[in-house]
Amino acid sequence: MKGFWKLAWVEIKIYLRQPEAAFFTLVFPMLLLFLFGSIYGNKPNAFFGGRGMVDVSTPAYLAMIIGSTGLLSMAISVSSYREKGVLRRYRATPLRPAAMLASQIIVHFLMTLFGGVLLIASARLVYGLRFEGRPLDVLFGFTLSALSFFAAGFLLASVARTARAANILGMVLYFPNLFLSGATIPKQTFPQAVKAVSKFMPLTHVVNLLQGLWIGDPLGKHVLEVAVLAGLLLIGTAISAKAFRWE
Amino acid sequence: MPLTTQAIEIESLAKSYGRLRAVDGISFKVGTGEIFGMVGPNGAGKTTTIECLEGMRFPDGGVVRVLGLDPRKDGHELRERIGVQLQQSALPDDMKVWEALDLFASYYRKPAPWQPLLERLDITDKRNTRFAKLSGGQKQRLFIALALVNDPELVFLDELTTGLDPHARRSMWDLVRAIRERGKTVFLTTHYMEEAEHLCDRVLVIDHGHVVALDSPANLVRGLKSEIRILFTAEPGFDPAALRALPGVTRAEKNGEKVIVAGQGDRLIVVVVNALDAAGVRFRDLRTEQPDLDDVFLALTAESGLDGGSR
Repeated sequence: MKGFWKLAWVEIKIYLRQPEAAFFTLVFPMLLLFLFGSIYGNKPNAFFGGRGMVDVSTPAYLAMIIGSTGLLSMAISVSSYREKGVLRRYRATPLRPAAMLASQIIVHFLMTLFGGVLLIASARLVYGLRFEGRPLDVLFGFTLSALSFFAAGFLLASVARTARAANILGMVLYFPNLFLSGATIPKQTFPQAVKAVSKFMPLTHVVNLLQGLWIGDPLGKHVLEVAVLAGLLLIGTAISAKAFRWE
Repeated sequence: MPLTTQAIEIESLAKSYGRLRAVDGISFKVGTGEIFGMVGPNGAGKTTTIECLEGMRFPDGGVVRVLGLDPRKDGHELRERIGVQLQQSALPDDMKVWEALDLFASYYRKPAPWQPLLERLDITDKRNTRFAKLSGGQKQRLFIALALVNDPELVFLDELTTGLDPHARRSMWDLVRAIRERGKTVFLTTHYMEEAEHLCDRVLVIDHGHVVALDSPANLVRGLKSEIRILFTAEPGFDPAALRALPGVTRAEKNGEKVIVAGQGDRLIVVVVNALDAAGVRFRDLRTEQPDLDDVFLALTAESGLDGGSR
């Protein structure tokens, strides 16, 4: 593990120096929160099962953050490191390849967590966000979802030949997931046809899991979501392990 | 000779990419404390060879020993003990110079203090600059600093002065000599024959994946049976015919005031100057043109064209 923590720390600093990278993680979810929060407020509403707009949206926005760090940030940073020769330079040192990958996972996880905490704190302070779940269950669901989407991001970086291709692939997957999963627009407003498509979006399962755990569902009620996300994690990791190239 | 005095031993190295035989049976040894240069045209197999030594690539055939280690099996231990400057590599755009050195130092068991390296490479004033904001020459110097951050026993420098101005190049040569004076071994590739001639104890010339020549720069030049030319200006009445009879002279011509005498042998200049002096010829602006490593390189790699890239 020599050099691992220092690498993770430097990577965090670098991440924060790139304002464009932080936009989808930190800024965009907050913009949505304040936009919809200012329109609808957070009054309990029968439409949301007796909860407020912000109560239902906040766990969905967590899913949005996870989708963006996984499909965009992870895919782009790993593939551009490869394209520029950063991975090559690291490979000529005694730094273990696993440590290099683990540092990317840690950095992206911390950034996802930071984005999530910032969002929850703002929703709580400004709109009196209500929480009825078990914190550890939510943390589990959040971590599983994040790791699954990181694996998906790695998968994109592995199959894409260039950083540009990884970028485009990431966008092509991210935006349908973003709009059709309920991560931005509440699912309750979807017509039947869109609801049908929505089931095939991996991010839908993150939204369902986090929204469920947020209002106190037991984990047992979300076996499907957990299974889908664990499957994505396993498949993403297995294919990346085979297809990933250092240069 | 005991094994420990060899920093590098390479026997029948072979590496193909698809049907292209990039390296095809290369063998040589590099002694500890040597400055060893590898030259060759683009696509000759230089980078492939150096990457097999560094453990960045694995050969298809042959035996490679670096510091007594097999780069394939003991890659991790090898990377602890060597320093590597790669031709194509980068750091994250937003990583600062000092962070890079601090970070790379943390990868090694026994890192050298990196502040003096900044000074030696003349990038102290850039310590807080991000990688993307450095000039080509500054990036190059940073990479050389990174190659030295573990105080390596053996340093690989792939095109170390490409992109540097003449002043920076000279100071890089001094740095390489200083590394050797501390008992370390330097393996470098270069496109500049002048650099190989000034810096290297021995030079390996490769082309099309084969060894073409391996010797000291002086011996390589001597081995090239090309002519030495003596040029001078003489008074209008001078007749060069008498010079043609001198030992070693193959040609003596006059064109207006300019005289060219061509021939071979270490004593050619002495013979010609003595003859001119004895005959009372008044001559000015005498200079000689001798073959250098450039000529050796061109002669040895004559048939290869301009095709091919780095590989």
